[in-house]
Amino acid sequence: MPKKEYLKKVMVIGSGPIIIGQAAEFDYAGTQACRALKEEGLEVVLVNSNPATIMTDAHIADRVYIEPLTADFLAEIIAKEKPDGLLATLGGQAGLNLAVKLAENGTLEKYGVELLGTSIEAIKKAEDRELFKETMQKLGEPIPESTIVEDVASAIAFADTIGYPLIVRPAYTLGGTGGGIAENEEELVEIVIKGLKYSMIGQVLIERSVAGWKEIEYEVMRDGAGNCITVCNMENVDPVGVHTGDSIVVAPTQTLTDHECQMLRSASLRIICELGIEGGCNAQYALDPNSDSYYVIEVNPRVSRSSALASKATGYPIAKVSAKIAVGYTLDEITNAVTQKTKACFEPSIDYIVVKFPRWPFDKFIYADHTIGTQMKATGEVMSIDRKFEAALLKATRSLEIGVNRLHLAAIDTWDDERVKKEIRKINDQRLFVIAEAFRRGVSTVDEVYDITKIDRWFLRKIKNIADMERALSEEELTPSLMRAAKHIGLSDASIAEITKRSAGEIRTLRKSMGILPKYKMVDTCAAEFEAATPYYYSTFCAEENEATPSDARKVIVLGSGPIRIGQGVEFDYCSVHSVWALREMGIEAIIINNNPETVSTDFDISDRLYFEPLTPEDVLNIIEQEKPEGVIVQFGGQTAINLAASLQKAGVKIFGTSVDGIDRAEDRERFDEVLSQTQIPRPKGTSVTTVEDAFAGAAEIGYPVMVRPSYVLGGRAMEIVYNEEELRDYMSRAVKVTPDHPVLVDRYMEGTEVEVDAISDGTDVVIPGIMEHIERAGVHSGDSIAVYPPRTLSSKVIYTIIDYTKRLALNLNVKGLLNIQYVVVDNEVYVIEVNPRSSRTVPFLSKITDVRMVNVATRVAMGATLKELGFHSGLVTPRPYVAIKAPVFSFAKMQDVDISLGPEMKSTGEVMGIDYHYARALYKAIVGAGMNIPTEGCILFTVADKDKEEMKQLAKAFSELGFHLVATEGTAKAIHSLGIDADVVGKVHERSSDIIQRIKTGQIHMVINTLTQGKHSAKDGFRIRRATVEHGIACLTSLDTAWEVLGVLSFMRERRLVYSLALQDYVGGGDDLA
Amino acid sequence: MKGKLILEDGTSFSGELFGEAKTVGEVVFNTGMTGYQEILTDPSYCRQIVTLTYPLIGNYGINEVFMQSRKSFVRGLIAGELCEVGSNRLAASTIREFLQSENIPCLHEVDTRRVTRHIRSEGTMKGVIVPENMPDETVKELLSTSTEAGVVREATTPEPYTIEGDGFHVAVLDLGIKRNILKAFKLRDYKLTVLPATATAEEVLSLSPDAVFLSNGPGDPKDVPEAIATVKALIGKKPMFGICLGHQLFALAMGADTYKLKFGHRGSNQPVKALSTGRVHITSQNHGYAVDENSLAGLPLVVTHRSVNDGTVEGIRHTELPIFSVQYHPEASPGPEENTCLFDDFDAMIRASKEGA
Repeated sequence: MPKKEYLKKVMVIGSGPIIIGQAAEFDYAGTQACRALKEEGLEVVLVNSNPATIMTDAHIADRVYIEPLTADFLAEIIAKEKPDGLLATLGGQAGLNLAVKLAENGTLEKYGVELLGTSIEAIKKAEDRELFKETMQKLGEPIPESTIVEDVASAIAFADTIGYPLIVRPAYTLGGTGGGIAENEEELVEIVIKGLKYSMIGQVLIERSVAGWKEIEYEVMRDGAGNCITVCNMENVDPVGVHTGDSIVVAPTQTLTDHECQMLRSASLRIICELGIEGGCNAQYALDPNSDSYYVIEVNPRVSRSSALASKATGYPIAKVSAKIAVGYTLDEITNAVTQKTKACFEPSIDYIVVKFPRWPFDKFIYADHTIGTQMKATGEVMSIDRKFEAALLKATRSLEIGVNRLHLAAIDTWDDERVKKEIRKINDQRLFVIAEAFRRGVSTVDEVYDITKIDRWFLRKIKNIADMERALSEEELTPSLMRAAKHIGLSDASIAEITKRSAGEIRTLRKSMGILPKYKMVDTCAAEFEAATPYYYSTFCAEENEATPSDARKVIVLGSGPIRIGQGVEFDYCSVHSVWALREMGIEAIIINNNPETVSTDFDISDRLYFEPLTPEDVLNIIEQEKPEGVIVQFGGQTAINLAASLQKAGVKIFGTSVDGIDRAEDRERFDEVLSQTQIPRPKGTSVTTVEDAFAGAAEIGYPVMVRPSYVLGGRAMEIVYNEEELRDYMSRAVKVTPDHPVLVDRYMEGTEVEVDAISDGTDVVIPGIMEHIERAGVHSGDSIAVYPPRTLSSKVIYTIIDYTKRLALNLNVKGLLNIQYVVVDNEVYVIEVNPRSSRTVPFLSKITDVRMVNVATRVAMGATLKELGFHSGLVTPRPYVAIKAPVFSFAKMQDVDISLGPEMKSTGEVMGIDYHYARALYKAIVGAGMNIPTEGCILFTVADKDKEEMKQLAKAFSELGFHLVATEGTAKAIHSLGIDADVVGKVHERSSDIIQRIKTGQIHMVINTLTQGKHSAKDGFRIRRATVEHGIACLTSLDTAWEVLGVLSFMRERRLVYSLALQDYVGGGDDLA
Repeated sequence: MKGKLILEDGTSFSGELFGEAKTVGEVVFNTGMTGYQEILTDPSYCRQIVTLTYPLIGNYGINEVFMQSRKSFVRGLIAGELCEVGSNRLAASTIREFLQSENIPCLHEVDTRRVTRHIRSEGTMKGVIVPENMPDETVKELLSTSTEAGVVREATTPEPYTIEGDGFHVAVLDLGIKRNILKAFKLRDYKLTVLPATATAEEVLSLSPDAVFLSNGPGDPKDVPEAIATVKALIGKKPMFGICLGHQLFALAMGADTYKLKFGHRGSNQPVKALSTGRVHITSQNHGYAVDENSLAGLPLVVTHRSVNDGTVEGIRHTELPIFSVQYHPEASPGPEENTCLFDDFDAMIRASKEGA
């Protein structure tokens, strides 16, 4: 029962789709909160638009609304559910903003809903710049001095009072164009003049720059009675100037004296009390390395990414405790889940060091600016735990899955010393690797690197230790003591092998023969002071005692999916968690290995045992040797886990589910061709080439356009559609390096309807829970397409064929568990594009809307159950009477130089779902949920490639009939005019007379329909137009298919009520017919 | 050089030996993540071998300003990694230089978590730090040495001294006082007369102080009967405030009892509930003994503070006289600074008693 006994029903707001800056950490937080509230016997209503999450599972909350996170929809759901309380501080900034809106527009008051946890006043005090400043001044807490100026003289006057350096930011320009750091008056004048010009309102903000100071964070909790604790403090390895989400972070702080820690701790408590936070809160500070001075940089009055990290770093469940506080408990009334004896009112003490390393998407956005600064660019992160910093850092490095085992990038090997030294100055994703290289070569000293980077010498010395150890390994004989020393600082067997020019297997054997084995230690919040029950472990080579005594039970290891990145998102964590739950239901001990602190899977009460470790063959094998499980399940951890299958099998480990050979036959091009010929299934014509000349010949034979890509890909990396030889030549020289070992695949590009299927097979029967049809024609990556369930345009014959092919493929590959197949349908003929013998991105979506517990069933099948035993029979599960649509969500606003046009390379970071009995309303929900601003009236700009002009004409006509004003570039306008429809002509961007960008900037254009054109000028123009739409928040449709659907929604919107909500339980359970 | 920590029960832990090779002491652990210098110079650790559970020690170096006493009284340090070069603007020297200059034997690269787990389950016990190949007899001999008797005498000031100030005059019974307590009084401009632990009540009263402070200190409170007698004689004569050992002595002087905890409270994260407000504060603690709550029955004492973790007594107050004491360390250093209000309470108590007089 909640402490506030009048609470019976509580609504929780989730954070919506995964975007850069708001990732899986809120699935973890929201799930924990919902479970904590249910534990209290409360009825929980959850709203979140993101179907890929655990929290939107029907069993996590009593009522789950997968609806757009807008004030309209929230108000509708509140009116319907009439909750007593609203908990919004666990849904990230999105949740917080919505709560403020609902309070301000009177919805909460109207329905008598109490905002639980931190109050609106407190939220505003932390979030509103002026109120925050006032509050801090009242407390005497220093914040960097700042002012807003409209002319140069005032800027100089301000500088005269506080001194340099200063940060200058133009007001109202996205991405900080025109800003900079001024070290002196001359620079200040220059930057201010430029900034005033860039600012849309002629203002610049000037602030004291504390770049280079230590960046320190405190995670604080406070209850309604005023009890406060700090859960954890953290130190950013990258000093102030790099967004904390893009910084390498350690917990606890390393270079602060006890006095400094206490000074900032006391400040945190003063701030949290003054703001009146009830729940979790994060405070960030800049600490001068040369004095006692500090500034408060930011306070987040809610659970954040840092709280997720702090929770995983200490074992203290911040989200759960926040939820309990929100329903009235005080910290000393809440049991410490870890010890089960002590209370939540204490401060965790840890006896290890934690490193968080960001995962950036630059492997996908190769041409994007890799500079790291105040705008966060990472899509995810990894965390690692060890008893030495070096070891934790190296674990984190190899957890990133960027093809490195240590702080060594092959690309840097070719640089000369001068370049290495020069590159240290660049703050980007490679900086740490460059620093390591500089130490390895001995071209820079710790002090020199410190002077340039201001990264504390403590961290630099540790990096140098690693470099020194590498040198010792390359020069000295590999004695047991050297081996031990190398393992102490965390070099992997693969790294030692690389340096000593042996194989990883040899090193492993040698190491084991020397008796050098890892030990496993527990994360227990209290540095072993109390006995703990947490089955949460990390490895270390610096220990005598192994605490993780394996049990005698039947047990299976589930491999997690590592950091969130483009192409491998929270969906795979969803699958891992469900697999763990399935095993536990079956009475089998489930052990999970993962390294992502943002996820549900790394919550210690999900599995029977959690190993927070890198997902590499060595780290996984070490755990297997320690636990001796019956086997390992790899099909739910995305490509991360699949990639480990072969080496595990080679080491004699049993892989449950589809065999390694089956996986290889699906992934290897040539072997897959065999599969297709055996099953007599057609695929788009294609060839595999190993030279540039062969590529031309192959493409000519197949016929343009062709789809080109390197073999063995994930998420469509470096995949492009090329229309002629010139483009092919460009691609071959730019995007890939073709060699006999690394062939390039050239496939006929078939412009048809793309269809995606997820199925479960036990080797005899094949169950297809659902088929999804993509709105965008083939060529747009499936992860970036809008997917519709059930399919709308496919004939029965096509559907029958798809079912048949799916069965044939599943049986031929002898799939035991899940598989995902992508088809393209052209003129009623079905071709297979790709088969993934594993769980896919669409599994959570399909599981939710079809009510088939896909991962659960697949896990049971992988463990030997038959589908028949589980009550399934072969074939397609009867489609449901409603429509569910999955729409991609992008983070383009955070990646300034990325082209937003859709293509075969995946670019989305997350997804939302729209569900309804009406197709158009489901689509509307998906589009609105994805954050797209579709205008109901106004002006639409058309500018399309020649090949699209015919089709575009009809589209333009339809929009015109809906009353939209049309604007078009010359050629496009001509095509529109040919139908006798009005369209203003605007010049192209590179023509000086032009004003497209200006019109977008000034709000004269409300939507853009633009398809990718080839050619130097038009390509550049298109890019600039598309980027302008991102920066001004205008919808830009780069596929005519999407445009047609938007048109459909717009027509529908004129007739129907748009805001209508039902809970997932209503749909799945049968629903109501009022829609 | 390789070395070992060998406990009374025979359990041994290996590591790298640094400094004086032979030492014996009571092995305790502290879970604070910072504050190693403050811990190593806190006289309450006199004759103990301190295990620091945080595995990286010396990160921010050593500085005179963090000294809590004239020297270190510990018998040894058990640590994970010793940082070769501290990194902080206040890093005047390194942990190694400090250990050397203070003559503190140290075993490092130790699985300190294993040590902690062992003590947690088996209780505090004596141990020795010795080189790897030390003969068993020598170890046995070392282990048989007593470590507790006269420990306060070692830690207290040898001579009385005065710290000038214009505020209240407080007589400080130094049982092994931490400098930060004196600093807290200095902040309030008190005149302080610091007396050795052997000072008698007469000696104290002859100073005509406005109040008496009973400091922290090492060991079993029952081992200092002379101090108990002094306190007993002072009750009712002067306002008094005791911290840690001072708190225990006050309880004993009142006729209450103390007992040894299984493994003590040592760390910077100990939650304590103030019973008058219901508020919980995080405190810095370092004690192996506690006041027995059952023994308070019938005495004019009330429990004011209680440990949230194990419910033990963390503070008491005399029901009629201006005397109170706490088991934890409001002066921090190391640890949270949120409990300094106790010094204000002391101040208010002295003022009230002066006004009443």
